[in-house]
Amino acid sequence: MDRMKNIFAGSWGIIGVGVVIGLLAPLLQKLGNPGNMGVCVACFERDIAGALGLHRADIVQYIRPEIIGFVLGSLIAAYLFKEFRPRLGSAPIVRFFLGVFAMIGALVFLGCPWRAALRLAGGDGNAILGLLGLVCGIWIGTLFLKGGYNLGRTQKTHTAAGWMLPLFMAGLLGLLFVFPPIAGEAKSGVLFYSLKGPGSMHAPLLISLGAGLLIGFLAQRSRFCTMGAIRDFVLFRQTHLLSGFVALIVTAFVVNFFLGQFKPGFEGQPVAHAMHVWNFLGMALSGLAFCLAGGCPGRQLFLSGEGDGDAAIFVLGMIVGAAIAHNFGLASSPAGVGPYGIPAVVTGFAVCLFIGFTMREKMA
Amino acid sequence: MAKTIDARGLSCPHPVLMTLEGIKAGNEDELIVLVDSDASRENVSRAAASRGWTLDGISEESGAYRIAIRKG
Repeated sequence: MDRMKNIFAGSWGIIGVGVVIGLLAPLLQKLGNPGNMGVCVACFERDIAGALGLHRADIVQYIRPEIIGFVLGSLIAAYLFKEFRPRLGSAPIVRFFLGVFAMIGALVFLGCPWRAALRLAGGDGNAILGLLGLVCGIWIGTLFLKGGYNLGRTQKTHTAAGWMLPLFMAGLLGLLFVFPPIAGEAKSGVLFYSLKGPGSMHAPLLISLGAGLLIGFLAQRSRFCTMGAIRDFVLFRQTHLLSGFVALIVTAFVVNFFLGQFKPGFEGQPVAHAMHVWNFLGMALSGLAFCLAGGCPGRQLFLSGEGDGDAAIFVLGMIVGAAIAHNFGLASSPAGVGPYGIPAVVTGFAVCLFIGFTMREKMA
Repeated sequence: MAKTIDARGLSCPHPVLMTLEGIKAGNEDELIVLVDSDASRENVSRAAASRGWTLDGISEESGAYRIAIRKG
């Protein structure tokens, strides 16, 4: 295959991928995933943390096959098109903490940028605040980028090092097959399962996995990134990635409409709260952390699949961040922000600003 | 000899920022950009085209791409 020609790198490629995600997400919701959560990278990584017992919020525990599919689908695409490049070493510890606070911000809002888009497409007005916050956070990040912020160069590494996160994901899939859910039981072998709440709601395993693999494959080819969509527009007035993000929202809206899943309003939206300031600031913190780390949570999974060890560290940071958020009352619930959610957001901003101001490197 | 911008090991948006900086500086008619990921190769090519520069060619050497761009 000629690697210089990538049909997904064109305008129709990225729009097509946005359309596919916009189709699959509401369908996954129809098939059992939680409301306006057909796909949510943050929520699903949080569910994985719960299933492993890293936190014990019993309503959000499930090894989400979509996440596994994202990484493995990207891995397959990367190998097929000779783009698997094992690399790491660009300030991994910093990326870990950016992942932690990106997740904490996302769990104050209750969703990653993908879910913010899907919530909007499902009629949840609170998502408008989240998306505005996302734009604001990314805009702050672009100021740092313009000022010379840079986490430094990566280095080539062993092929096996690039395989670490894909292998971890394959291991999770193995656990899911060895310890499948048992009706009425909150535990199966080493895995925790939810008997109620979002963690108990899921599409059939193979459908979730298949959708994840397809999205992972296409996103690796097209470089789909919700943070990059906004960042590139702010920085360069470039609309390439943005067209994919908009295609996702429009398609998901149309599909939701026809499936009867479009319910406009602010109150009583699924897995959402209506505290506008914290919806805005939670997602702003996430947006800033994503921008400083160079990708939205989905993109970090796809990069991990093509051998990027730094992106893999960010992913692990997000999973640990989810555990922290639920263990220490930082995560929101439909009732509103958690008891320590507000100080956590303030701390997150302080950490991100510290990173942004102190980590500059002249590259030219 | 065209100026060379070494963006190897950097992920986006840095290679694009560096390329646009080189273009904006205005004292070069030709630039060579070195990148080592396919996403960066596509992004740099796209960014150069958006500023009206022409892609002269891309060659691969020792695991990196050498992107030659020209003004006009």
